[in-house]
Amino acid sequence: MGIAEMAMIGTFAIASAIDVIFIADAEDAGFRFHAFIVLLAGIAAIIAIGSKRMKRLENEAKGIFVHEPGKVVYNEGVIRAGVIASMVWGLVGFLAGLFIALQLAFPQLNLGEYANFGRLRPLHTSAVIFAFGGNVLIASSFYVVQRTCRARLWGELAPWFVFWGYQLFIVLAASGYVLGITQSKEYAEPEWYTDIWLTIVWVMYLLVFLGTIVRRKEPHIYVANWFYLAFIVTIAMLHIVNNLAVPISIFSSKSYILYSGVQDALIQWWYGHNAVGFFLTAGFLAIMYYFIPKRAERPVYSYRLSIVHFWSLIFIYIWAGPHHLHYTALPDWTQTLGMVFSVMLWMPSWGGMINGLMTLSGAWDKLRTDPVLRMMVVSVAFYGMATFEGPVMSVREVNSLSHYTDWTIGHVHSGALGWVAYISFGALYCMVPWLWKKKQLYSMKLVEVHFWVASIGIVFYIVAMWWAGIGQGLMWRAYNSLGFLEYSFAETVAAMHPFYIVRALGGGLFVIGAFVMAYNLYRTIVDVPEPEPAAMPQAAPAE
Amino acid sequence: MKFNNTFFEKNSIALLIGILIVVSIGGIVEIAPTFYLKNTIEKVDGMRPYTPLELLGRDIYIREGCYNCHSQMIRALRDEVDRYGHYSLAAESMYDHPFQWGSKRTGPDLARVGGKYSDEWHRQHLADPRSVVPESIMPSYAFLAKNPLDYDHIDQDLTANREIGVPYTDDDIKNAKADIYAQTHPDSDEIDAFQKRYKKTVSRDFDGNPDMISEEDALIAYLQMLGTLVDFSVYDASKNLR
Repeated sequence: MGIAEMAMIGTFAIASAIDVIFIADAEDAGFRFHAFIVLLAGIAAIIAIGSKRMKRLENEAKGIFVHEPGKVVYNEGVIRAGVIASMVWGLVGFLAGLFIALQLAFPQLNLGEYANFGRLRPLHTSAVIFAFGGNVLIASSFYVVQRTCRARLWGELAPWFVFWGYQLFIVLAASGYVLGITQSKEYAEPEWYTDIWLTIVWVMYLLVFLGTIVRRKEPHIYVANWFYLAFIVTIAMLHIVNNLAVPISIFSSKSYILYSGVQDALIQWWYGHNAVGFFLTAGFLAIMYYFIPKRAERPVYSYRLSIVHFWSLIFIYIWAGPHHLHYTALPDWTQTLGMVFSVMLWMPSWGGMINGLMTLSGAWDKLRTDPVLRMMVVSVAFYGMATFEGPVMSVREVNSLSHYTDWTIGHVHSGALGWVAYISFGALYCMVPWLWKKKQLYSMKLVEVHFWVASIGIVFYIVAMWWAGIGQGLMWRAYNSLGFLEYSFAETVAAMHPFYIVRALGGGLFVIGAFVMAYNLYRTIVDVPEPEPAAMPQAAPAE
Repeated sequence: MKFNNTFFEKNSIALLIGILIVVSIGGIVEIAPTFYLKNTIEKVDGMRPYTPLELLGRDIYIREGCYNCHSQMIRALRDEVDRYGHYSLAAESMYDHPFQWGSKRTGPDLARVGGKYSDEWHRQHLADPRSVVPESIMPSYAFLAKNPLDYDHIDQDLTANREIGVPYTDDDIKNAKADIYAQTHPDSDEIDAFQKRYKKTVSRDFDGNPDMISEEDALIAYLQMLGTLVDFSVYDASKNLR
């Protein structure tokens, strides 16, 4: 313990000292700004570890130890921090999405160099996927792995390093986009040094997670942990391979990606589609496998199904990327392979859906009374819908219509809002009373309000995007009786206007729901009392 | 032998390795061959590395996130070829680190936008898109004309590109700054050397402001060359059947 603390302080001190050189020699203002943020983070880390050490020594002098012999004390502080971060980043990401949706409807909202659509769109996608989704995954995995292994999280400082390191990654990425620091690979926009930092944080995350599994007291590794592990390992592989780049100088924020053209496109969508498959699917399936059975108080429907769909899902997903590149300069054989595996992917996806939904067997009545469980079950239904729509869109002929249009945006959001966000909301609603030792949520009524407002918002969003996407796709390919293209491109843009307004309206409702949730969680933490200790059964005297 | 998952469930390292193997196969089978199969990229005449000015223009295109709304990939579909021109070839993005094919057309495809509009049109369109296309929802990029182009480190840009396979010569790298000046000053003495180094270029004062080499100079230079390198009147697709 003591050695680890001193080693960490030493490492941060050396890193901060080196960082000063980067501030001094930076070749561009953005890089200098980022080096400055890193310096602040380094100093903050030294202070935080130092004060944690003082507190620990004080406690130990009083005889309070983290490790009590013969008893597992779960590490919940870092999870509480993760829950708060998830909610805060969620609001930021949803608001950013609403803003850029309004920019598409009303382009006057593009406010100059630092707040135009081109720079804010990656801010939105990264904030919702990595900041909101990532924090939910890290926090929930730390919760689940401890409970299902009956072991304390591996390391004392390491989980906090993962948490704060990940927040630093988010800050570097997001501020970079606004300043124009991007490598332009979708969902992998951060530049080389931010990528390296994320790699370090991610390896530590893997160590903490795996280390906890290794010290488990249960003989079997629970199914949710298979999915978390697949998510962590595969994201590491995708992240490293897709981001290999040569910086123009170690003092510059600019780099050039190792691959070019067609190979780069293939690697990017191998990455991009599996960011969906492993970040937004495997990770959140893990959440499903813990929180739905827990909340419904029923065992997972089928153990055999979970084995079959786990291995087939992770095997097949990896092949699906080329369906993003139909009819392009990518060789046909690769496109076909991608399409075939995308269609096959339907089955393991629905295997997961069935396993989640059928877990409710014998507890369906709870959907009436428990809006949190209902939210999670609806999320699994959305997962089923999105994973059916995906294979359909991956078929070449369908894709010729849907690609490049808002249909794709609608598809993504039925997965992102309906599946990822709803299962996350469910997990957060579960975890807050559990972690803060509260009797229950502040208000079930407000969960109900959140559910309905957000659901109506999602429906507006998806329907508007179907209509817009299919409509624009058909307009692009329409010919008049003389054999000329019927519509100019500008006419098809003008036709999108009403749908962009409806989409923003749907997104707005979703944001309102999220604010209701944040208020509810806040009141739960602040106002709800702790549960009364369970009354001991009175021993009745023998007659 | 009956498949038994217990082995993986009781052994975390086996589970880890099992996952790694299973998720590696698809990528290896799909991606690796595209690096060595010769027919992945067609043989065409006319492709050359970007001039230093175009390369910086491309960096600005990336910085501003243009790829979020504009594709650079004309699919082999009748309406796309009618609308945008010959379908895009793999060879046409062989020097693109990273690729800019895009995934969404909120605005039109730009793979062959080069030469379709005048510099004056681009200037006006970047400053106020709706002044030339009333239906447009594109942001204004008026600030590009005001920002001087930062090309102090252009030699590093070319060197980095050479390290990853773009055939820039020592000569190209040494003269990179002069070439930027030459491409924006067609009357200068350096123009002959520049045109010898890079074939099929256009040299103009792209932003219409002779006092400054601006970011707009670079971006318009890039836009004006997109899709212009391959001469499709002599391109024989049947030679590249794949």
